[in-house]
Amino acid sequence: MSVDKATVAKIASLARIKMGDDELERMVPELNNILEWVEHLGEVDVSGVEPMTAVIENHLRLREDVVDADPKTAGGRREDVLANAPAAEHGFFGVPKVIE
Amino acid sequence: MTALTNLGVKDIRDGVAGGEFTAREVAEAFNAAVAEAASLNAFIVTTPDHALAAAEAVDAKRARGEDLGTMGGVPIGMKDLFATKGVQTTAASHILEGFNPQYESTVSQNLWDAGAGMLGKLNLDQFAMGSSNETSYFGNVNSPWRKAGSNAAMSPGGSSGGSSSAVAAHIAPAATGTDTGGSIRQPAAFTGICGIKPTYGRCSRWGVVAFASSLDQAGPMARTVEDCAIMLEAMAGFDPKDATSLKMDVPAWETGLSADLKGKRIGIPREYRMDGTDEAILKSWEQGKEWLRDAGAEIVDVSLPHTKYALPAYYIVAPAEASSNLARYDGVRYGLRDLPDGAGLQNMYAATRAEGFGDEVKRRILIGTYVLSAGFYDAYYNQAQKVRTLVSRDFAEAFDQCDAILAPTTPTASFPLGSLNDDPLTMYLNDVFAVPASLAGLPAMSVPATVNADGLPLGLQIVGKPFDEQGVLNAGLAIQRRANFTAKPEKWW
Amino acid sequence: MVSTYRIQGATGEWEVVIGLEVHAQVTSKAKLFSGASTAFGAEPNTQVSLVDAAMPGMLPVPNVECIRQAVRTGMAIEAQINKYSRFDRKNYFYADLPQGYQISQLYHPIVGEGQLLIEADEKAGIPQDKVIGIERIHVEQDAGKLMHDQHPTMSYVDLNRSGVALMEIVSKPDMRSPAEAGAYVRKLRSILRYVGSCDGNMEEGSMRADVNVSVRKPGEEFGTRTETKNVNSVRFVMQVIEYEANRQVDVLENGGAVDQETRLFDPNTGTTRTMRSKEDAHDYRYFPDPDLLPLELEDSFLEECRASLPELPDAKRRRYETELGLTPYNARELTAEVETFGRFETLLAATAAKIGKPEAKVATQVANWALSVAPGVMKSLGDEADPSYATAEAQAAILAMQDKGEISGGQAKEIYEIVLKTGRDPEEVADTEGLKQVSDTGAIEAAIDEIIANNADKVAEYRGGKDKLFGFFVGQTMKAMQGKANPAVVNQILKDKLD
Repeated sequence: MSVDKATVAKIASLARIKMGDDELERMVPELNNILEWVEHLGEVDVSGVEPMTAVIENHLRLREDVVDADPKTAGGRREDVLANAPAAEHGFFGVPKVIE
Repeated sequence: MTALTNLGVKDIRDGVAGGEFTAREVAEAFNAAVAEAASLNAFIVTTPDHALAAAEAVDAKRARGEDLGTMGGVPIGMKDLFATKGVQTTAASHILEGFNPQYESTVSQNLWDAGAGMLGKLNLDQFAMGSSNETSYFGNVNSPWRKAGSNAAMSPGGSSGGSSSAVAAHIAPAATGTDTGGSIRQPAAFTGICGIKPTYGRCSRWGVVAFASSLDQAGPMARTVEDCAIMLEAMAGFDPKDATSLKMDVPAWETGLSADLKGKRIGIPREYRMDGTDEAILKSWEQGKEWLRDAGAEIVDVSLPHTKYALPAYYIVAPAEASSNLARYDGVRYGLRDLPDGAGLQNMYAATRAEGFGDEVKRRILIGTYVLSAGFYDAYYNQAQKVRTLVSRDFAEAFDQCDAILAPTTPTASFPLGSLNDDPLTMYLNDVFAVPASLAGLPAMSVPATVNADGLPLGLQIVGKPFDEQGVLNAGLAIQRRANFTAKPEKWW
Repeated sequence: MVSTYRIQGATGEWEVVIGLEVHAQVTSKAKLFSGASTAFGAEPNTQVSLVDAAMPGMLPVPNVECIRQAVRTGMAIEAQINKYSRFDRKNYFYADLPQGYQISQLYHPIVGEGQLLIEADEKAGIPQDKVIGIERIHVEQDAGKLMHDQHPTMSYVDLNRSGVALMEIVSKPDMRSPAEAGAYVRKLRSILRYVGSCDGNMEEGSMRADVNVSVRKPGEEFGTRTETKNVNSVRFVMQVIEYEANRQVDVLENGGAVDQETRLFDPNTGTTRTMRSKEDAHDYRYFPDPDLLPLELEDSFLEECRASLPELPDAKRRRYETELGLTPYNARELTAEVETFGRFETLLAATAAKIGKPEAKVATQVANWALSVAPGVMKSLGDEADPSYATAEAQAAILAMQDKGEISGGQAKEIYEIVLKTGRDPEEVADTEGLKQVSDTGAIEAAIDEIIANNADKVAEYRGGKDKLFGFFVGQTMKAMQGKANPAVVNQILKDKLD
């Protein structure tokens, strides 16, 4: 499978990366080179093979239902959460007006 | 005081503990060396005050007769992928420029708790994507090494290029690295130092800027195997905040070190004999076998049949995860925001991300987005994860016949900065020997072996069974003792 | 049986096909993947952890309670519980989604196929009981909240809800009328509240439905459906269906085609419209979340979940009918809500104990009291009533007096009124306020003798065969006794004297 400029534009839009015409043109052969190369994977017989889920044998641990058990993953730290926000107003994150 | 900068982790720790010098003297010596080495561009920000404060705390503890910690008095460099509270953390990307975390990553906290201090935040390939340290928004990192008779700037490898450069240049005794597809081992090999990526899950990923979650592992980079063992012990440990963290005690790797490999079998994977590999590298591999045999190990041939598919699988899985992991950089809660006049939310995202991400990051996000998009998921992502299962199975079968695997770390020595920029694929091939162990989550280490005809270092790689960092370190130590690698880059910076 | 609900179009009758995706907030103290609180109504962004704000390097760790509640819910709808499930990432960009993806479950949900029974309700247009299939339940993160009206050019983002656990309960497209959909949501809400896995509070957004509607000519293939998002009341769900079905019929009959799209409901106008903001977000690029391993449930965990389930609405309703002898109507009304059956069962136990009879013997009396008498009194008093006085003991005492014939139904109401206003003891009220029936045969006989004496003509007529006059004598006697005579005693004495 290979991509054309329109496809790259669509992917860039899905990934929310603005790209000009030049950049799109440049990306087309670059992506196609990489895609052509990774498509060698198609040669591998994977019948009966499960996709990898856990790279090292391990079980998903669950945590107890306790509020603010660990300060590092607790709420109640609005100042920290907003400290780096480009537009923090009245305790909110500000974004350009959204019309739903 | 310059002599102090020749010391590694163990010597500094023991020297401070034994009163040969103070931790403050060590910190000052390295702070000065860092300040002098700006031309390496190894650091994005330096934090001399952090190093001094940690040193003073250790000196005060010593005065009170308290335990100094396993890294007591050792100042280190911190790859700028680890969130450090109150110190800018960027992942070498414009999109995080000025980001000041209100939290400390688990691994860095573990190091501070062990008595280490921070010299600064080390440069890297942007979001750890790269193998030459040329994708950083904050400029290329220069290797302290140069080809004999040349002034051309050389690559320190990537993505942990700031780490490898700083440690090789003796401006830091050790540094943290992260390895997703070779990002500790390849730069270590390029700069003549040691670096180990532990078993996936040994080091917590909490607070480490994510590249590819199922592959990312932190590890130490230092000039000796012993130093790596000490530092890895300090970094590793179960963390309930990371659901993939291994709930296992951290072994005493330092005291467990032994270069005696009697009764051990070392596997030589025949598929690693690839076209395009430097002669000098193949020669060093042969030499490595001899050294390990000399240490008492039996050398056996093993097969890892899916080796050639590991890299393509990696270049699907890693970008796919990255495309999702990097979605959070959207200009809303932190980092760069580019809001063109009259732009709506979605346009703000697109403008911010276009402005904030470098070319290589964009390329990988696009690949990752593409391989996950409707209609392609099975052909690419699922297929790659199945191949990954096969790669992992190869290792498991090989480990029925051997205890560890010996291979080159890279197919070539370091190359001049700028020489591979036009061709992303050739750049990717640099990690061909490193990636299989990453895909299988295995512990793997690079140890310097020799220098090539240009006087550039070459590394050997040891890959171990899951959880057998000790076996990896021991084989590394056996090589270190026999390789007697003493080459140093000539100081030009 | 098929629903008879049809849209009458110019080209004939249309059938509506409805599927619902109900998002129910899981009852838990902390969020699904972080330790921040889930409490409702906090100041903006005060219940947000670094994890919920998707700071660089933050990682999710699942909350066991959310998993437990999803499993219990699955068991309550007789669904298959998947011992192996996975979390997947659903990728899209929006200001209320800090990670740029929602952690959800696409490929391997925790709960598989189940079902839910909606009961016949002739008046509502549901002729017979109907089983609605449930496709799956999966667990996922809620998003944050956007505020659009606080600034002229900006929207504000509050992440307090971001990361709260939701169950998405996906029905099959088995509903055929607004009434069925309404009954489904009500029944589902009831089950969730029985189980305790969701508080069902639709005003606070604890339950929202995405309403999938399509129309077709009866017997034909399914038509193209629209999905109307975030509808937060039963009434609105029904309105959306009415509106969408009619709109789609209009579109089709005018030669158009229905777009498969996401729509928004406007409660003020009762209409739906195309949602602009999510139009190009259709390629969600789901893949297994690499920060989380597969979720594997142990048998012991499942057993513990099953053992903790209460008696569920259908079983309880059947038991009320068969063991307590209640009418189907009463059984259904009493079992519809957790509060209703809870109050009923407490009162039933207290009354049976007070009277000293088995529960089954007093259940009908208690049911009538609980469903009609008591609420009627409460309503008539309005603000004068203090609901805290409506204790089971007080009501049981009233019911016991009534059962023994000490008070009449009317007196029971009067006593209850006083109790609700003052909190006084019902027996004391009955005594001191003279609200007791007179069963003293002497007093009643005296009154009757006087009436017979004063109405010789009527007595003659009655004895001549005009049976209807018996009621006249009862009335006169009750009047003479100021309504306080025990009617049974009055009847008996009258019969003795007249016949």
